[in-house]
Amino acid sequence: MSMFHLLGRNILNNIQGVGQATIMLAQALIGKPQPRKMLPLLIRQLYVVGVQSMLIIIISGLFIGMVLGLQGYTILVDFGAEQALGPMVALSLLRELGPVVTALLFAGRAGSALTAEIGLMRATEQLSSLEMMAVDPLRRVIAPRFWAGVISMPLLALMFNAVGIYGGFMVGVEWLGVDDGAFWSVMQSSVHWQDDVMNGVIKSLVFAVVVTWIALFKGYTATPTSPGISAATTQTVVYSSLAVLGLDFVLTAIMFG
Amino acid sequence: MTTRTMELMVGVFAAAAIAALLFLALQVANTSDSTRGETYTLVAKFDNVGGLKVRSPVKVGGVLVGRVSAIQLEGDYYEPVVEMQISMRYNRFPETSTASILTSGIIGEQYIGLEPGFIDDFVEILGDGGEIPNTNSAMVLENLIGQFLFSQGEK
Repeated sequence: MSMFHLLGRNILNNIQGVGQATIMLAQALIGKPQPRKMLPLLIRQLYVVGVQSMLIIIISGLFIGMVLGLQGYTILVDFGAEQALGPMVALSLLRELGPVVTALLFAGRAGSALTAEIGLMRATEQLSSLEMMAVDPLRRVIAPRFWAGVISMPLLALMFNAVGIYGGFMVGVEWLGVDDGAFWSVMQSSVHWQDDVMNGVIKSLVFAVVVTWIALFKGYTATPTSPGISAATTQTVVYSSLAVLGLDFVLTAIMFG
Repeated sequence: MTTRTMELMVGVFAAAAIAALLFLALQVANTSDSTRGETYTLVAKFDNVGGLKVRSPVKVGGVLVGRVSAIQLEGDYYEPVVEMQISMRYNRFPETSTASILTSGIIGEQYIGLEPGFIDDFVEILGDGGEIPNTNSAMVLENLIGQFLFSQGEK
């Protein structure tokens, strides 16, 4: 009996968590817009969440593109089809690797930082102090961070894609000697603006909402102790990575299936 | 970190993202597809469409002018009928034109090759929904091999 007892409790806890997270997000986002007060906060968070993640995204994009170019070339050259290197690199980046790897890196780089920051705010009772001063911590702390995450991740994914394709170009064309014109023209004829580029952006927008939301919720509900914050940070990275990979399959099945 | 430098860095961040988007739009994807603008429909009946698919290209002399929009069987004898969307820029195909199903390369994709016919006083220009009467069906490799073996046997 105790097994079912445990299972039931787990399920109820999970459903309760989803409900709490929804209420938190709704309270943070729904309300009268205050652009003059919120814009400086948003810019600050865009800097922390977006600009500071730029370097790791660009460098990983470059290397992933280069690896794709190298691996693709060694296989395609056996069939005399090395011109297909361009579309292979571009499509795998635009459709899958760009949004997914960006989201995973973002969860590790920015999501964990958000959780730790908000968890520590809770532990040091900064959130309670805000409430004492009649400032809504959800609107002031959670909302700008949420929007910053949702805005920056698609932009980061776009950079990842562009740099990755350039990395594939460097290895394929400059190093391994695929024809320059064929590389780009075959790529252009098989990459579609709406089907490939825009679907990738939509994917990364969905991942952005999920990853930022999980990070904020885990931070906001963290147990206000050192082990509690450490556990919340771990959970952020684990849950958002799993959510991204799972959702990616669903989105791929809907978009390209 | 002053607010000013932070704003500057966020500006640089946004500019980099826009640059990436432009790169993807102009260099990587094809936005100037001639089949994205205004189009009109032509239909053609074939005996066999082979590996032709919806969205396969329609070309005149190797230049893309449209795409296949539908393939279905029609009539009492279940003849394959191919509908194509042709760009309005190329709207003067006479009814003497020929549509053939060709293959790009040996193992490449199949496409429709349109060949404009002659024009004189009695020839009408095909309008929206017009049918191309002269068609050449896809080559089926098995049939070719069969014919070849048969002709070898006769010698």
